[in-house]
Amino acid sequence: MKIVVCVKQVPDTADIKWTENNTMVREGIESIMNPFDEYAVETAVRIKEANPDTTITAITMGPAQAKDVLKRAIAMGADEAILISDKKFAGADTQATSRTLAAAIKNKIGDFDLILCGMFAIDGDTAQTGPSIAEHLGVAQATFAKEVQYSGGSSLIVKREVDEGIQKVEMTLPGVVCMLKCDYEPRKPSIKGTMKANKTQIGEYGLEDIGLNPEEVGIKGSPTYVSKAFRPEQREPGELIQADNARDAVAKLVEKLKKDKILA
Amino acid sequence: MSEHKGIWVIAEKTSENTITGVTLELINAARRLSEKLNNEEVGALLLAGNNNIESLVKELSEAGAQKIYLVQNENLEQYSTELYVKAACEAIKQKNPSIVLIGATTTGRDIAPRISARLNTGLTADCTELDINEQGLLAATRPTFGGNLMATILCKVCRPQMATVRAKVLPKPEPDHSNVAQVERIDVELDPSEIKVKILECLNSCKAACKIEDAEIIVSGGRGIKNAEGFKILEELASTLGGAVAASRACVDAGWRGHCDQVGQTGKTVCPKVYIACGISGAIQHLAGMSSSDIIIAINKDPEAPIFQFATYGIVGDLFEIVPELTKAIKNSQLTCCC
Ligand SMILES: Cc1cc2nc3c(=O)[nH]c(=O)nc-3n(C[C@H](O)[C@H](O)[C@H](O)COP(=O)(O)OP(=O)(O)OC[C@H]3O[C@@H](n4cnc5c(N)ncnc54)[C@H](O)[C@@H]3O)c2cc1C
Ligand SMILES: Nc1ncnc2c1ncn2[C@@H]1O[C@H](COP(=O)(O)O)[C@@H](O)[C@H]1O
Repeated sequence: MKIVVCVKQVPDTADIKWTENNTMVREGIESIMNPFDEYAVETAVRIKEANPDTTITAITMGPAQAKDVLKRAIAMGADEAILISDKKFAGADTQATSRTLAAAIKNKIGDFDLILCGMFAIDGDTAQTGPSIAEHLGVAQATFAKEVQYSGGSSLIVKREVDEGIQKVEMTLPGVVCMLKCDYEPRKPSIKGTMKANKTQIGEYGLEDIGLNPEEVGIKGSPTYVSKAFRPEQREPGELIQADNARDAVAKLVEKLKKDKILA
Repeated sequence: MSEHKGIWVIAEKTSENTITGVTLELINAARRLSEKLNNEEVGALLLAGNNNIESLVKELSEAGAQKIYLVQNENLEQYSTELYVKAACEAIKQKNPSIVLIGATTTGRDIAPRISARLNTGLTADCTELDINEQGLLAATRPTFGGNLMATILCKVCRPQMATVRAKVLPKPEPDHSNVAQVERIDVELDPSEIKVKILECLNSCKAACKIEDAEIIVSGGRGIKNAEGFKILEELASTLGGAVAASRACVDAGWRGHCDQVGQTGKTVCPKVYIACGISGAIQHLAGMSSSDIIIAINKDPEAPIFQFATYGIVGDLFEIVPELTKAIKNSQLTCCC
C-alpha cells in the first residue's frame, strides 16, 4: 500500500493575540501540525504497522519552515516527505492549494493507493482541500472519517461520522480519506523517530517541478479573494448574579428568565 | 459572465424525506439577495430518486423558490458523492446560475468542494452571513482561526460564486402557501458503476430526541461535571425545560458523552434561545459553537472563568448545588418554558 499524508503547518489558534487596531498578532504565535493531520499521520502509521509493505510519504505546501511538520510526520512513522514550496504559491485559496497538491502528488509521488488528509485545518477551517484533491485526481473520497480499516485488497472500510450518525462505508482504492479526531490519540514522536527525521533528506519542489502554469497557482490561481477581515463582535459581558446561597441565586435567575419571557 | 444569472440553492433532504431546515433558510436568504440583483430568479436544485417528490416540491415552493430544477433519476435514490456531484455539475453547466448556495451539513461539505473543483470556481466554506456588495458580487462572511477572525470573501471572475452556509444562523422563512414554483426537469445520464463508496451500515447514534442543533434550550456540561453520571442532573434540568443536553469537548474526549453532543469548533454550532453552560470554562473553541445563542447562562465555581465574559447571566457557585436547585425551582413554581 502506498499512502500519501497531507499535513499543514498552522498557528495554534488557542494562542491568538490582538493588536490595538484589532488585527491579529501573527509574530510569536506557535506553529503546530494541524491537529487533524496528526490523526491522519497516526492512521497511516497504524495501517503500516498492520501491513508492513506500506510506504508513507508526507507532503506539505508551504514556506521553508513548514519542513518542521514534515519532520514531525517522519518522527511519528512516515518514511519520507516532500515540501512543495515556491514564492508563486503564496496567497493560494483552497482551489489553488488543492490543485497544487494534486499536481505534486501526480508528478512527484506517482501512483498512490490512499491519500490521508485532515478534515479541517484549524486556521482556514474550510474542510475543502481534501475533497478538492480527490476531484483533481479523479478518485473516490470518504470525508468525516473516524476510523480506517485496511486488511489487504483494493478497498478500505471507513467509519464516518455524519450528521445522521455513524456510517460504515467501503471505499474502492485509490481514494482520499479526510480524518476527524479519532478514538485513538496520535503518538508522540519517539527519540528514534526524531533522529531518523533529522537524517532523512526532504525533497523540495517548486512550480516548474510539478508541471503547472503560474496562472494556476497562488493568488493568481485562486478564484476567491478575502475582501475584508475583522474581529467578530464580542458579546457584552452580562450580569453576574449576586446571592448568598444557591437558592437565592436561582430565584434571581428565574425572575430574570420570566422577564425575558423564557419562563412563564 | 453576463450569461450567468440566478441564485440557486442545492436542496438537501432529511432521512424522513423532508427538506432540511438550512435549505429553507438559504432559499429565504436567496430571496433577500435577489432583491439586490434586480430580482434575479431564486431557484432550488432538487436531486431525487424516483420516489414521491410532491411534498419536497411543496416545501421548497412555500419557502419562496421561484423555480425548482429537478434532476430525477433512480440512481439518486441514495446519496453518493460521485453521482450527486455529477448531477449538480451538469445542471449548473446547463443553466448557468451566478450563485450556488449549499447548507454546511456533512453532506453539503462533502459535495460542495468537489463541485467547485470540477467547475473551476471559488467556494467559501461554512459562512454565517451572506450579502451582495456594491459591485453585485456575493459577499460571504465566515469565521476563521477558530472563531477568532471573521473574513468576507468574494469570488470575482469565476462562476458560479459558491458558498456553504451554517444551519440556524440565517432566519427561516414563513411558509408562503400562495407561492407555486415552476418545476423544470433536467436530464442527466448517471452510471451507478461510477460509485466508488458503498454504504455498508448506518448506526443512528444521534437519536432525534437529542439533536442539539434543533433544540431551543440547551443544557451543556463541561469538565466540571466530573463524570458521565454527573450528566444526570443536566438531563433532569433539560427535560424540565424541554431542551437537549450538550457537552464540551473535554467531556467527549473523556468518553462521558458522544461526539454528536459536542458543541464547538470541532463539534456542532448551535444557536438556541437559551444555552446553559455548566462547569464549562469558555475556551475560544467552545465559544465558536455557541456564542450566537440568544441568552447564555453560565454556572461555574471559578469567578475568573472566561465564560462569564460572554454570559448574559452568570452564577458563581457549585453546579452540583445550583443545577438541581434550578430544576426544583422551575418544577415547584410550575413555570414552563416558552421556547
Ligand atoms: C483544535 C482544537 C479544537 C477544539 N474544539 C473544541 C470544541 O469543538 N468544543 C469544545 O468544547 N472544546 C474544543 N476544544 C478544547 C477547548 O480548548 C477546551 O479545552 C475545552 O472546551 C475545555 O472544556 P471545559 O470547559 O469543559 O473544561 P475546562 O476548561 O477544564 O473547564 C472546566 C470548568 O468547570 C469549572 N468547574 C469545575 N467544577 C465545578 C463545579 N463543581 N461547579 C461549577 N463549576 C465547576 C471549572 O472552574 C472550569 O472553569 C478544542 C481545542 C483545540 C486545540
Ligand atoms: N498547504 C497544505 N499542505 C498540505 N496539506 C494541506 C494544506 N492545506 C490543507 N491541507 C490538507 O487539507 C486538510 C483540510 O484543510 P482545509 O481545507 O484548509 O480546512 C488539512 O487537514 C490537510 O490535510
